[in-house]
Amino acid sequence: MQIPAAFDYERASDVANALALLERHGPESRVIAGGHSLLPMMKLRLARPDWLIDINGLTELDFILREGDQLRVGALTRHTALLESADVAGLFPIIRDAERVIADPVVRNRGTIGGSLCQADPAEDLSTVCDVLRALTVIRGPAGQRTVPMADFHQGPYETAVAQNELLCEIRFPIRPRSGSAYEKVERRVGDWAVVAAGAAVALSADGTVDDAAIGLTAVGLDGTVPEAEAVLQGRQPHEDLFAEAGRIAAAACDPVADRRGPVDYKRHLVEELTRRVLRRACARAAGAGQG
Amino acid sequence: MTTVQEHAPNPAAGDPGRPIGYGRIQRKEDPRFVRGKGNYLDDIVLPGMLHGAVLRAPVAHARLVSIDTTEALAHPRVLAVITGKDLQALNLAWAPTLSADVQAVLVTDKVRFQGQEVAFVVAEDRYAARDALELIDVEYDVLPPVIDARRALDPDAPVIRDDIEGRTDNRIFDWEMGDAAETEAVFAAADVVVSQEVVYPRVHPAPMETCGAVADFDPVDGRLTLYETTQAPHAHRTLYAMVAGIPEHKIRVVSPDIGGGFGNKVGIYPGYVLAVVGSIVTGRPVKWVEDRSENLMSTSFARDYIMQGEIAATKEGKILAVRTSVLADHGAFNATAQPTKNPAGFFSIFTGSYDLKAAYCKVRGVYTNKAPGGVAYACSFRVTEAVYLVERMVDILARKLEMDPAELRLKNFIRPEQFPYANKTGWVYDSGNYEPAMRLSMQMAGYDELRREQLEKRERGELMGIGVAFFTETVGAGPRKHFDIVGLGMADGAELRVHPTGKAVVRISVQSQGQGHETTFAQIVAEELGIPPESIDVVHGDTDQTPFGLGTYGSRSTPVSGGAVALVARKVREKAKFIAAAMLEARPEDLEWEKGRWFVKGDPGAGKTIAEIALGAHGTMALPEGIDGNLDAEVTYDPPNLTFPFGAYICVVDVDAGTGAVKVRRFIAVDDCGTRINPMIIEGQVHGGLTDGVGMALMQIIAFDEDGNCLSGSFMDYLIPTAMEVPDWETGYTVTPSPHHPIGAKGIGESATVGSPPAIVNAIVDALAPYGVTHMDMPCTPARVWEAMQGRHGPPV
Ligand SMILES: Cc1cc2nc3c(=O)[nH]c(=O)nc-3n(C[C@H](O)[C@H](O)[C@H](O)COP(=O)(O)OP(=O)(O)OC[C@H]3O[C@@H](n4cnc5c(N)ncnc54)[C@H](O)[C@@H]3O)c2cc1C
Repeated sequence: MQIPAAFDYERASDVANALALLERHGPESRVIAGGHSLLPMMKLRLARPDWLIDINGLTELDFILREGDQLRVGALTRHTALLESADVAGLFPIIRDAERVIADPVVRNRGTIGGSLCQADPAEDLSTVCDVLRALTVIRGPAGQRTVPMADFHQGPYETAVAQNELLCEIRFPIRPRSGSAYEKVERRVGDWAVVAAGAAVALSADGTVDDAAIGLTAVGLDGTVPEAEAVLQGRQPHEDLFAEAGRIAAAACDPVADRRGPVDYKRHLVEELTRRVLRRACARAAGAGQG
Repeated sequence: MTTVQEHAPNPAAGDPGRPIGYGRIQRKEDPRFVRGKGNYLDDIVLPGMLHGAVLRAPVAHARLVSIDTTEALAHPRVLAVITGKDLQALNLAWAPTLSADVQAVLVTDKVRFQGQEVAFVVAEDRYAARDALELIDVEYDVLPPVIDARRALDPDAPVIRDDIEGRTDNRIFDWEMGDAAETEAVFAAADVVVSQEVVYPRVHPAPMETCGAVADFDPVDGRLTLYETTQAPHAHRTLYAMVAGIPEHKIRVVSPDIGGGFGNKVGIYPGYVLAVVGSIVTGRPVKWVEDRSENLMSTSFARDYIMQGEIAATKEGKILAVRTSVLADHGAFNATAQPTKNPAGFFSIFTGSYDLKAAYCKVRGVYTNKAPGGVAYACSFRVTEAVYLVERMVDILARKLEMDPAELRLKNFIRPEQFPYANKTGWVYDSGNYEPAMRLSMQMAGYDELRREQLEKRERGELMGIGVAFFTETVGAGPRKHFDIVGLGMADGAELRVHPTGKAVVRISVQSQGQGHETTFAQIVAEELGIPPESIDVVHGDTDQTPFGLGTYGSRSTPVSGGAVALVARKVREKAKFIAAAMLEARPEDLEWEKGRWFVKGDPGAGKTIAEIALGAHGTMALPEGIDGNLDAEVTYDPPNLTFPFGAYICVVDVDAGTGAVKVRRFIAVDDCGTRINPMIIEGQVHGGLTDGVGMALMQIIAFDEDGNCLSGSFMDYLIPTAMEVPDWETGYTVTPSPHHPIGAKGIGESATVGSPPAIVNAIVDALAPYGVTHMDMPCTPARVWEAMQGRHGPPV
């Protein structure tokens, strides 16, 4: 049994209480949601918080709501809820694509979207998904509430816009007509972190050309999307050659490192291959999608 | 899955639907496991019990400069901190391994692998014990390590084992089998010779339950009770007696329910010894249970063989000879668990299932700065490596000759009339009938249809592969004159008592780690005595309760202890005849046996069941001359030979050409383990072994960086296959009984682990044929498959 260093624990009753507890216990206090990233690090004694503030009782952060032209997802929403939601699958098939390949059912039953984004592991899947869906995050802290677009949320590996005394409360996904999205991941085994993964979201104009495209990559040292590759698609009819070109640009733009999952050139090759695949699938889905 | 009723039900036994002996019955041990009522090592709680934790070395090779335990000892919940110095005073700093070497219990001079045991803390609870590890201050003087076995004998390689007098290099042994000159002559004259370096990477058995011990030393009467995760309780007790100086009759080793062993729990680990020392020092029971990383980084690994293989054949595809030279990485101490005379285990069975003119192998074992071990993971004493080598070589030959790999095998099998078959490296295969097994697997697979599908797919650029492997295992050691472990002959005892009411208890020396001994051995007694398996208790795992024997590994439980149990039951049956004769007032030679009762020949109505005879034996009647008043017996069974199970495996894979990801689509396993006792248990063993095979073939390796840091110390890095990576197993069987085994059984525990990796790798290499790939080493991860497709495949690191 791996055993963490000693810590204290308090269970928050609501968001305001959680913020107050973080304030009271100071910089060595950490929020715990599903615990599937934080607890393993604590057991390996890589993380040693003095206080854990448990937010699992904050039911007000556990929701999936369609409201006007956006889908609002509470930060405490579990992976499983995202995987099983019909709304999510209809509007943003990329989320279901990704959730199917995140960890395993045990982890998905506890792990949350908020925890995933705040952990900001370079191989984490939902960050890429939120990037390409151009999501907005809603953060609350002692100074009140602010919204931060995904583009500004990530500040490097394991670093986000959420300060130690703040809570990520919600993620908002803009709903667009004639849009489609897809995610594909290569892993050594089910439940493993990505060797490489790619996500794409496209919105088509009425004439079938690409109105907006977003391409995101996981585990290849890239923050945010790949604008150079996205630009290639802009205003063009979806076509295999375009997907291939975007793939080549994405492969050149990323910055993978060699590790147990593979050498650099293999990862670049995967970026090219997977970018092509997700663009193909996202465009096909967009073409089949209604007015939203 | 179809249910096979293999033996006619016994009408005398009541329920006609249930097999009385062999057959598919549910496992007797499962109710307690599925209800969470098993009793595993970590479930054991003794009054006043303390907890131990091991401080481990962070580096692979370093001189120990100093250890300061002051702060740890000052921790309010810590009772003792033990270092190598303390053990030296007790003469316990070093302990013998199972391979005539010694291993440090705690480091005294030098750290020799990352994760090696440096100090032991005993505390009131496991949390305090862990916390106190951080309070021990150790100073190391880091040395350059030897990590790559190929460099271990370089002239400038640091000498790892400078603790051994006169050691000037890292060589452990050189060992050869077969006739080098004869083999050379055959190779020189052959039409076709192919060669290939084949690497079987270091892997780990990774049982679900890690290793642990609870030691309870009674200072008043000097008795040690030691609960341990061990596959060999009796051998352990004898070793403790020899090493620790506690007389053997004062030691009781108990192996409770075990959550998987696979060879990982054969040896004696420093943690066990430290729990004992902790209990002696504190006068209270001490529990030590390692965590997952400790298990992966410090306990017995498996394989790590670099094999240079060569195969010679005629141009028509008659295989003439196989030759191999092996470099074996044994880690920092030679701690493999194998018979004394077999430093490379049973590797010399690399001649496979083929009728060869000549064969020769040499194996060189070396030390490296890695964890010790080497025989584990259901490997049948290195048969795994041997089968992998020969089955890869035969496939490479098939490609060279442009022959179908199944056809090539069929052409070269040892023929049924050649058994018992003496191979070129000194083994006598007891029995075999290979072609029907091969043909059955091909028929189940729809082999020709698969080849057609593959052709079509290749035209479309899709990568599909069909892999064939045929293996012959050699399991069930002794005989005792040939095989021993630290001088203890590999024979097993068994004791059987039939209680007055006809219920029975059979006591065996082998210990189950999940194989279903409580069911299988009851079924053997049931078959021999004709009483139902549920009336027979199987007692195992406690040296105070069971006869001596060498333990469960190398698939030896059924071949050796199974033989013992059949023979002890026959002894009881024979004794029952004399008592029955007295009861029936008949002459013993006039009695006839039918399952469950002795009756008078020609007068079936006049008979006595085993239960009636047991009551007679314990009753008041006058017993015949020389028969004492019970229905008990004991034997020690020394098998005359090993047994040689075999099987034909076919694997179908699809490879994603864009990503290199491999999907095992189908797997057909035809096994022949001789007489089948409980087909459900056999299938379970096969399913588990095949899953292991997928793990090794696709994802597993214990890897190190050049500094000797273990890169596979958790399940995030050392991957275990899940239900998602394995297909719906298709199993079949043939039955070729062992001619020398009392019931003809051969053992099934390791067949699938041995046979499946070559089938999977052969399938992958077959799929990659359009890319000109003729070989790739495991693990076939997406990245490595893709590299092979680029023509830059390298050995695994
Ligand atoms: C075996 C395994 C395999 C996995 N595989 C994958 C995978 O393939 N892909 C993948 O993407 N992920 C994977 N994960 C991670 C998984 O998705 C985690 O659940 C997720 O990363 C973290 O969510 P959590 O709720 O458990 O966060 P926690 O562990 O509770 O928290 C993680 C971090 O976020 C902070 N935090 C949590 N919630 C908030 C909040 N609302 N506001 C501010 N800070 C917050 C915590 O303080 C902590 O620093 C895997 C995990 C495991 C254990």
